[in-house]
Amino acid sequence: MKMKCFSLVCAFTTLLFSSTVFAAAPIKIGALFAVTGPAAFLGEPERNSAKMVIDEINSKGGIKGHKLELVAYDTTGDATKAVQLATKLIKDDKVVAIIGPSTTGETMAVIPVAEKEQIPLISCSAGSKITDPVKKWVFKTAQNDSLAVGKIYEYLQKNKLTTVSILTVSDGFGASGREQLKTQAAKYGITIVSDDTYGPKDTDMTAQLTKIRGTHSQAIICWGTNPGPAVIAKNARQLGIKTPLFMSHGVSSKKFIELAGEAAEGIKLPSGKVVVADMLSASDKQKKSLMAFVKDYQKHYKTEGDHFGGHAWDAVNLIKSAIENGAVTAAAIRDQLEKSRAFAGIGGSFTYSAQDHAGLGKDAFILVEIKNKDWMIVK
Amino acid sequence: MQFDQLLQYTLSGLSTGAIYALIGIGFSIIYNATGIINFAQGEFVMLGGLLTLSSLELLKLPLWAAIPCSVAFSTLVGILFERLAIRPLKQPTPINLVIITIGGSILIRGLAMLVWGKDTHAIPPFSGDTPIAVGGATILPQHLWILAITVVIIIINKIYFYHTISGKAMRACAYNRRAAGLVGIDVRRMVLFSFIISSAMGAVAGIIVAPLTMTAYDVGVMLGLKGFCAAIIGGMSSGISTVIGGLILGVLESLGAGLISSGYKDAIAFIILLLILFIRPQGLFGKADSERV
Repeated sequence: MKMKCFSLVCAFTTLLFSSTVFAAAPIKIGALFAVTGPAAFLGEPERNSAKMVIDEINSKGGIKGHKLELVAYDTTGDATKAVQLATKLIKDDKVVAIIGPSTTGETMAVIPVAEKEQIPLISCSAGSKITDPVKKWVFKTAQNDSLAVGKIYEYLQKNKLTTVSILTVSDGFGASGREQLKTQAAKYGITIVSDDTYGPKDTDMTAQLTKIRGTHSQAIICWGTNPGPAVIAKNARQLGIKTPLFMSHGVSSKKFIELAGEAAEGIKLPSGKVVVADMLSASDKQKKSLMAFVKDYQKHYKTEGDHFGGHAWDAVNLIKSAIENGAVTAAAIRDQLEKSRAFAGIGGSFTYSAQDHAGLGKDAFILVEIKNKDWMIVK
Repeated sequence: MQFDQLLQYTLSGLSTGAIYALIGIGFSIIYNATGIINFAQGEFVMLGGLLTLSSLELLKLPLWAAIPCSVAFSTLVGILFERLAIRPLKQPTPINLVIITIGGSILIRGLAMLVWGKDTHAIPPFSGDTPIAVGGATILPQHLWILAITVVIIIINKIYFYHTISGKAMRACAYNRRAAGLVGIDVRRMVLFSFIISSAMGAVAGIIVAPLTMTAYDVGVMLGLKGFCAAIIGGMSSGISTVIGGLILGVLESLGAGLISSGYKDAIAFIILLLILFIRPQGLFGKADSERV
């Protein structure tokens, strides 16, 4: 009797295990986003978008019978935590690719882990140094700062504005922008006459702007993320500064217009195309992806999708096409990613190659102006 | 260096300084009644701003009704904080209390993050945003509101602390808790009063600065620290010297950003804080006090 029972149990267990073996195992994709903490404005839409795309893929039956499984962790914007979680994703969760982290600082810290463990990493942060020089396992979907700077300088050059004042936030985003603004200036025949910074939590920038007003520069470029630039826009209006004000792509969301109110009128900034998706001409290659993303995001989260969420959307979809092309292991996904050509996503049209893991050109940005509380494309 | 530039730095500094002063006074009132530094003070500043936002947007109240509503609710949070976190303490040593206020501030900030999300929010200015020219410099009507409300609050404070029985009782607690208890003052009730006053004041500060600085769940951290600096410069007095401390801090920050380098703006504030703590721990204007070490 005892023996019979035992064999029955044995049979059942074998059955149980074998059945799991036969169903295609889900492919695990790791994600590191700063969902809370100071960079939450990046991490939250990124996580939302990644989740949205993966749910959608699974509801359609997965890719070639493989379901995808998203293992997302919150780094809180902390580089040390990001490294620990990256190791956890690779060692414990056995993911085949990692999306994120959200900020440049975290990404730079995670890169050595990804390189050592040979897991493809698709970063959602903007710093140029992530893929320059090219690292075998590291890609990125966020547009390089250098492209945004180039877009502004191009406009200045065209309009013969040669002296600029720059005002950048004293965090990673601002520091990277400041570096690009300074290195590219000469190429466009632009002189930087004053170089100021402000703290990410500062509440009054009239001192810096008063100093800038004294330099009589022809344009002011401010590099930061909300709420700083909104304060700057208001302060500039208070001081009666008529010099054209340029912002970075860090504030290309409706939130900025809402915060700065009247003071936002007339400000120009380079932006990903997502904010003007419906104004793009039908011939724009990205239009289809953009409209789909905006519509889906609105449906799922009852709020407007922004280009930060777009970075994660691009990353998941790039991995999706890699898997569609037959890649299931980490190494194969990396190789397929590198072969991505003219993938029309949210951030731009991605073409990766062995020499370029950022994949975007200057057309990833368009210059927009804020008019009547909305975006207008600057021709 | 032009004169109008200098004037603008000073005016900007004074208006930011008034904000620091208002928050600083909240710190010193609680310190004087209880002997603790309430590090949750910044969170009441945040609550003031965000509750006004909710009253405006969710309850659709006009601004004049939203403000008292938000002050009342923040005060309620202050009362709950005192009742639930400060009063039940068996051994109210200063170090325990300070750590509790830090814990409380993290809790309040976390809850605010869940309620209002992580976005920054704007509140409309009280009376438009057309700049007012003063000499060659400009300020906003909201700056005048801040200065005026700071003055009013100082006057009310003065009257309360020197001309009402409960104000005098609170001062007695500040001088000597035990003696105050012996003459029949309910020290615990005075502690509760101090929390009520300072949370209400923090909320008022948060409301009047929100149109300028905007507001978010984490706005209390930096403003709270700057207010604390102002209180330290003023020697933790709940009167005019903290106000002067705040104004000095604001002006030095603004001049530092304009004349030296904007990168050192916060460093200037904290260097002042350290210097004061090293050289004159009793504050710029205080007499050396052997009792309060």
